[in-house]
Amino acid sequence: MRFSRKTLGIPYAVFLLLFVVAPLLVLFYYAFTNGQGQFTLLNLTGFFTDPNTVGTLFYSFVLALTTTAVCLLLAYPTAYILTTGRLKKNSVVIMIFIMPMWINFSLRITALKEILDLIEGNLAYYPFLNSVIGMTYDFLPFMILPIYNTLAKMDGSLIEAAKDLGANDRHAFLRITLPLSLPGIISGVSMVLLPAMTNYVVLDMLYNSTYIMGSLIGSYFAAYNWHGGSMIALILLGIICLFNLINDDDRGETVKTGGALL
Amino acid sequence: MIRKITRAGIPILVILFLYVPILVLALYSFTDSTQIGAIRSFTLKNYVTLFTTPELQEMILGTILLALSSALLATILGTLGAIGAFYSHRRTTAAMDTVNQIPVINADVVTGFSLCILLVVVLGINKDSFLPLLIGHVTLSAPFVYLSVIPKLKQMDSSLYEAALDLGARPFQALRKVVIPQILSGIISGFSLAITLSLDDYFIATYTKPATFDTISTYVVNATKGSQTHIKTALWALSTLIFLIVIIIVAVRNLKFERREIKEERA
Repeated sequence: MRFSRKTLGIPYAVFLLLFVVAPLLVLFYYAFTNGQGQFTLLNLTGFFTDPNTVGTLFYSFVLALTTTAVCLLLAYPTAYILTTGRLKKNSVVIMIFIMPMWINFSLRITALKEILDLIEGNLAYYPFLNSVIGMTYDFLPFMILPIYNTLAKMDGSLIEAAKDLGANDRHAFLRITLPLSLPGIISGVSMVLLPAMTNYVVLDMLYNSTYIMGSLIGSYFAAYNWHGGSMIALILLGIICLFNLINDDDRGETVKTGGALL
Repeated sequence: MIRKITRAGIPILVILFLYVPILVLALYSFTDSTQIGAIRSFTLKNYVTLFTTPELQEMILGTILLALSSALLATILGTLGAIGAFYSHRRTTAAMDTVNQIPVINADVVTGFSLCILLVVVLGINKDSFLPLLIGHVTLSAPFVYLSVIPKLKQMDSSLYEAALDLGARPFQALRKVVIPQILSGIISGFSLAITLSLDDYFIATYTKPATFDTISTYVVNATKGSQTHIKTALWALSTLIFLIVIIIVAVRNLKFERREIKEERA
């Protein structure tokens, strides 16, 4: 056979079919069948009629939204200040904010837990507060980086033009900077919102119990209930797809630039 | 003046928030106290425990081996995949791009769980064979290698490959000597990305790893719930070492980067 560059892609295409597409198909099958292999909608209706699981979904949303809002409130001013004034586009300074990304999260959360233990005594007294603190601690760099990237790329002369045309600082920020940094905000939000709904291990480490969507999969897994777990995974997948309809996904881009800095 | 301080307030707060826990833990890793708050005497005991306890040694070595092997496989697969997709028909490329995007946007819990169901429950592969774990980590990182290589292919001057063929190179030779060197920076950043993804993973490992094997992440998560204090404090030492290694890597990369910038300015 004649060598063709196209054929080089075949191993990876097969790999994707086997380990990305096939697992999702199996997930579908398991989500809509019961232990005897018969078709059933019980896993789905069960999820939406059980107050516990619906409550978990709701709690996850509230927790994820709060975490995202806190991250945004900390990340935006930080990124803004790093791209303006004397610190302008200094790659060493942004590095300080991004570096925690590369330290193993479990070790970082251990450190945070020790500090919080010292301050609060028992972390289980304030589960919601500690969840927000823990997740913000873990995900904040992923919010700072994309916002920083869009702000750093922004054309500074636009602000000057706005000011020449009579806008004051506040106006120039609200009408120019903020709208232009929206793509960065959106990709930052997608970097935080989803993990905040699913990354139950952070909460598990902090106070040994969790009530978010990801932990449901964990508990079904521990109970060898593949059908129930598949349905939760499928519902999460649906939520993820919804997010990505709104957002032209940049997660790959953010992780990549984070890695490129290293 | 006041405005300046408030302006710097949030970034400083963020730096303190991000680094105080790590630094405090680093300080305590050199003492013999088992919890933060009480300063006791200086000791290197934790570092000795870290490097002499077989359980900890195995766990660290296993994590590194897994990261290296999965990153190597992911780099080969992802790079070849990117080259293949780049030269394919537009529809094939679009299909590969789309499927490649799935593990990138998916939650790791879902990726890990679905792989566990397919490989362990349906196909009956034994977790102890390490095969599900290895496949899991390659699935996690190969898409990022693919994403790192594709832009480099797009930037490349496509006529060079044709020129090499015209000058008598065989297609494989032309690929190895002309295409690969031009996309090498993308391959390398894909590889280092794959390493960090594997090192930081918890969920895929949890759902696919052998019961008796632990990566740093799964080990630390279990250890925080356990009561073995000498293991707990040895992990503080590990955390400090990793922190130092990351700082060194970042510093070296930055110096190189600055040197390159200076050279470019002079040229």
